[in-house]
Amino acid sequence: MNTANPQSQNLISMACQLRRDVINSLSVAGSGHLGASLGLADIFSVLYFSVLNHCPEEPTWPYRDRLVLSIGHVAPVYYAAMANAGYFSREELLTLRQLGSRLQGHPSRQAALPGVESASGSLGQGLSIAVGMALTAKLDKQDWHVYSVHGDGELQEGAIWEAAMSAAHYNLHNLTAIVDRNGVQIDGPTRTVMGLEPLSEKFEAFGWHVLTCDGNSIDALLNAFHKVSEVDDKPTVIIANTRMGAGVPQIENDYTWHGKAPDEQQREAFLRALDNEN
Amino acid sequence: MRTEKRYLLSRTEKPTRLGFGRGLKAIAMSDERVVALGADITSSVNVDLFQQHFPDRFFSLGIAEQNIMGVAAGMALSGKIPFAATYGVFSALRTTDQIRISICYNNIPVKIGGAHAGISVGPDGATHQALEDIAVMRAMPNMTVLSPCDATQAEQATQASVTQVEGPAYIRFGREPVPDFIPPELTFEVGKAQQLKPGGDLTLIATGHMVWEALKAAEMLSDKGIDAAVMNIHTLKPIDSQALIDAANDTGLIVTVEEHQVIGGLGSAVAEVLSQHKPVPLEIIGMPDIFGESGTPEQLLKKYGLHAQNIAAVAMNKLQKIKS
Repeated sequence: MNTANPQSQNLISMACQLRRDVINSLSVAGSGHLGASLGLADIFSVLYFSVLNHCPEEPTWPYRDRLVLSIGHVAPVYYAAMANAGYFSREELLTLRQLGSRLQGHPSRQAALPGVESASGSLGQGLSIAVGMALTAKLDKQDWHVYSVHGDGELQEGAIWEAAMSAAHYNLHNLTAIVDRNGVQIDGPTRTVMGLEPLSEKFEAFGWHVLTCDGNSIDALLNAFHKVSEVDDKPTVIIANTRMGAGVPQIENDYTWHGKAPDEQQREAFLRALDNEN
Repeated sequence: MRTEKRYLLSRTEKPTRLGFGRGLKAIAMSDERVVALGADITSSVNVDLFQQHFPDRFFSLGIAEQNIMGVAAGMALSGKIPFAATYGVFSALRTTDQIRISICYNNIPVKIGGAHAGISVGPDGATHQALEDIAVMRAMPNMTVLSPCDATQAEQATQASVTQVEGPAYIRFGREPVPDFIPPELTFEVGKAQQLKPGGDLTLIATGHMVWEALKAAEMLSDKGIDAAVMNIHTLKPIDSQALIDAANDTGLIVTVEEHQVIGGLGSAVAEVLSQHKPVPLEIIGMPDIFGESGTPEQLLKKYGLHAQNIAAVAMNKLQKIKS
């Protein structure tokens, strides 16, 4: 069982570590999705090192909380969090996207990487999977919790709202969805590509408990996750406002960094920027 | 090679979906991991029997097929064996991406029921006649594709989808009643073809409801002095390659019959095997790359060449052609 110190200073340091690992692994891979991986580092630090009740040395421990990554393209930060939590070695992060690697470009169960609950990479499927897991926990009278991580652009997929409806219908208080609300997607700002607002009201209308927080603040995230248990008859969504590329000022909020990897020069500059920020 | 007929002549008519409902209830009684998901047509696909017996293990999810497949995946990833059944046009085709990634790529035991397969769905017309599901399901890695020929076999196939298949399975059913002709003692083995009637001149290879039409066609051919074997392919994937090669060796002419597009279905699967391992003359009877329409099942089977009379005529012509 993970009993990492939940104090925020440790989580801030871990988020920085995850960002370094993301930059290094993407730089070696030569391709991948940097922007959202950096933006989600604080959320993954809080999830894997404070929120999740899990057991990295026994990845299929039956009573573990489940984390469903619905946006497979942020695999670099997901892998970094799992490696730092002890599911596999950090050295393996440098095999990202290579032939034969367990660290596939998008998460795969076929590749048998410990800790991967489900494949993902086609947007809009993870919330349904999380609903199925939460229903199972209720059916089996288990108290493990299900967390799912989504992008904001992903919410444009209709299947998300089918799943949202069913989560509320079955009062799945054991399900918490986290939305990475960075406001940008590949074609540009989300509001111009396909507007999502009023987003909180949409989830409220679908019967969800809605929390909003600064997704790049460890304290704000800890506070939000703490509030999840205040409601025992509905699913919770945490709309986490993040900055794509957070931690590396020269690329923050620049959506052209959605699907790019840094070259060697950029890698060094980004790591220096990280050091200066912390 | 077996020499006797292995089908019953006088049996009551039942829809294959009825066998699905019974098989689901039976397997749920012996395996408590089995759960079922509803898509608003629960009684139409005969899952109401399960629902009555196991209300706690049934989850209504409404008219939201993409979500149903994802929820099924989530339950399978948590140790359950979910059955998700609706009409094949929805369960196989509206949900294809969820089946591909959440179910097949994860390689988990979700069992998908595809009811109302084929043109014999009748008056509902083209929107409800699943004619492309085999092609799409067959193309998915890790997927097993079952297509039982009568209610007895549907009951067996449904149970076998759990007891004999570790990963995902798609099970196809028809809407209309068909004679229940499979002897109960004929065991169901996933991946094994069944020769229901021996014959030396040609082999009619059929799947689903078309097996009965093929048996009737064989009797008509017999009246004309043609000795046709009939093979039931209840498992389209993995297909029984050896049985197909044996049939080609034994009879030298193969005629396939399916209520499905000629692209990607049974005929294609047979051609994939025989063209590489035992090329013999092959005639593929099915929907010729067109949509269906409204009509009675009987009218539609005749119009689209899937009636026993059509099958017998095509087989006879082909046999005469290769002999001349």
